[in-house]
Amino acid sequence: MRTLRLLALGWLFHFRMLSQSAFDGFLAILWPLFFATVAFFMFRSGHSVGGLGPVALGAAVMGVWTATSVSASSALQRERRLGTLELLVAAPSNLATMLLSVCLATSTIGLYCIVATLIWARLLFGIHVPVAHPVSFILGIVGIVITIGSLGFLMAVAFVRSRRAWALGAVSEYPIWLVCGFLVPITLLPGWVRPISWVLGPTWGMRAIRAGAFGGNGLPDVAMCLLLAAVYIGAGVLLLDTVLDSARKHATLSLT
Amino acid sequence: MPNGPVIEARDLRRTYKTTTGVIRRKPLEVEAVRGISFAVEQGELFGLLGPNGAGKTTTIKMLITLLLPTSGEARVLGHDVVADAREVRKRIGYVFGGDRGLYERLSALDNLRYFAELYGVSGKAQRTRIDEVLELVGLKGREQERVEGFSRGMRQRLHIARGILHDPEVVFLDEPTIGVDPVGARELRTMISGLIEAGKTVLLTTHYMFEADSLCDRIAVIANGQIVGEGTPEALKAGVAEGHVTEIEVFGVGEPVVERLRGLAGVTSVAVEERDQKQLLVVQTTGERELTAPLLAELDGLEVGRVTSREPTLEDAYVALVGTE
Repeated sequence: MRTLRLLALGWLFHFRMLSQSAFDGFLAILWPLFFATVAFFMFRSGHSVGGLGPVALGAAVMGVWTATSVSASSALQRERRLGTLELLVAAPSNLATMLLSVCLATSTIGLYCIVATLIWARLLFGIHVPVAHPVSFILGIVGIVITIGSLGFLMAVAFVRSRRAWALGAVSEYPIWLVCGFLVPITLLPGWVRPISWVLGPTWGMRAIRAGAFGGNGLPDVAMCLLLAAVYIGAGVLLLDTVLDSARKHATLSLT
Repeated sequence: MPNGPVIEARDLRRTYKTTTGVIRRKPLEVEAVRGISFAVEQGELFGLLGPNGAGKTTTIKMLITLLLPTSGEARVLGHDVVADAREVRKRIGYVFGGDRGLYERLSALDNLRYFAELYGVSGKAQRTRIDEVLELVGLKGREQERVEGFSRGMRQRLHIARGILHDPEVVFLDEPTIGVDPVGARELRTMISGLIEAGKTVLLTTHYMFEADSLCDRIAVIANGQIVGEGTPEALKAGVAEGHVTEIEVFGVGEPVVERLRGLAGVTSVAVEERDQKQLLVVQTTGERELTAPLLAELDGLEVGRVTSREPTLEDAYVALVGTE
């Protein structure tokens, strides 16, 4: 119960903090729209076979991933810069819960990307995204936000150990777009890439959202998405003690 | 409450490993803390006094579980800082000096609420406790303001409020008055005295002599990672009380001359303080004989200003102890 309370209040605290900067907010509004615009022009000029609906959804999820991967790393980097990372570690509460609340707050910001991209697609490009199964569609969105937040948490564990780990967030941004099939179906990727796609929750989340939009049973994909989220959280929690001991041994907590 | 000291360090050591060079990196080991031992009793205000880089912050970070000791052992309230880190964290408060350590975009109240949650203060108790600490540190009425608009002194008071929110038995204060103006620093010192009156045990690090002198029950002087003197402020002063301090204003004194002064019989230490165009030589002597004339003889040819003689202070004791390292 206490863990859930800490998770909820931590999420609210960090969500409020992320929402405070007008400049960050302005960038967060523009950023996903640039990605979406580039994707729409590319696929429109290439006469996309399945129409631009799947592209709009892919572009929307691209924004969630970018908001989480980059923001989670910058959020931890900000904790270092503010000198609060040491205080979080020195507190008796479970650090994993605190980190998870930071990552869920950043991925919640990503929710905006979905809404903004879909409105952008409709208004500027006339792309209509049907929602065949609203429940499945919404569950898919919730699932992908949770799985992306959890993947961000697993990355955040590395950020605790090393100040340079922020690069991990930036480096993983584009490969995840590709490997998880946000814009291009993973069937088009080389065979050896597919197992990587399968262990990444966003792949299943994307499938669930598309199933919810265009018809099909997306619930198994949602389940897979949440299962992988649980695996990421479990792995992060298990790794965190080792990582934290290493940070205390190598005195990296106070480095900015 | 366990029997024995509240804070205990035994032969505590900490080495940092780093590298030098860009292309051909060479490993480098820096011994920040080199086998220090001390004990702090219940209700005591114990000071770690030393210059920058002496190992004060490294010591405090080992005690509050943020750093693992390279060797040695430390206990807080009977709990080992390595094996029982979580138990230690529950019972201590940590306050450090400077601008960092707060969420600037949010209000003081938001900061306190968040840290109250992190330290397990129940939802019911939070409002009362936050009110109490805000009153104690003099920020009542300012709690709704964003921290980014706070002065250094206000931030420092908020740091203290955060550090004692969960009513810890032991409070670690790492240079809490650094960069704070004199009036603000005095208020902070009053607050620190209040912690002792409230029954807390406090470990304070500082490099301000008067702060250590006015606040601490006992002081350990630390230099180059080692404790070079320990005792009450009075005892430390008494260590140099037999002697005298002669202060000589001089213009353009060089290191060879200072070395010659150090070599004079009866001189225990010579410190040089830069003061605009001139230097102030603070010469400590054993006091067994009058050394003003021999000192001035060594300064022959240099322009000498005012010469004064006085009784030793804690600062002199500190300079004598640190200067021997």
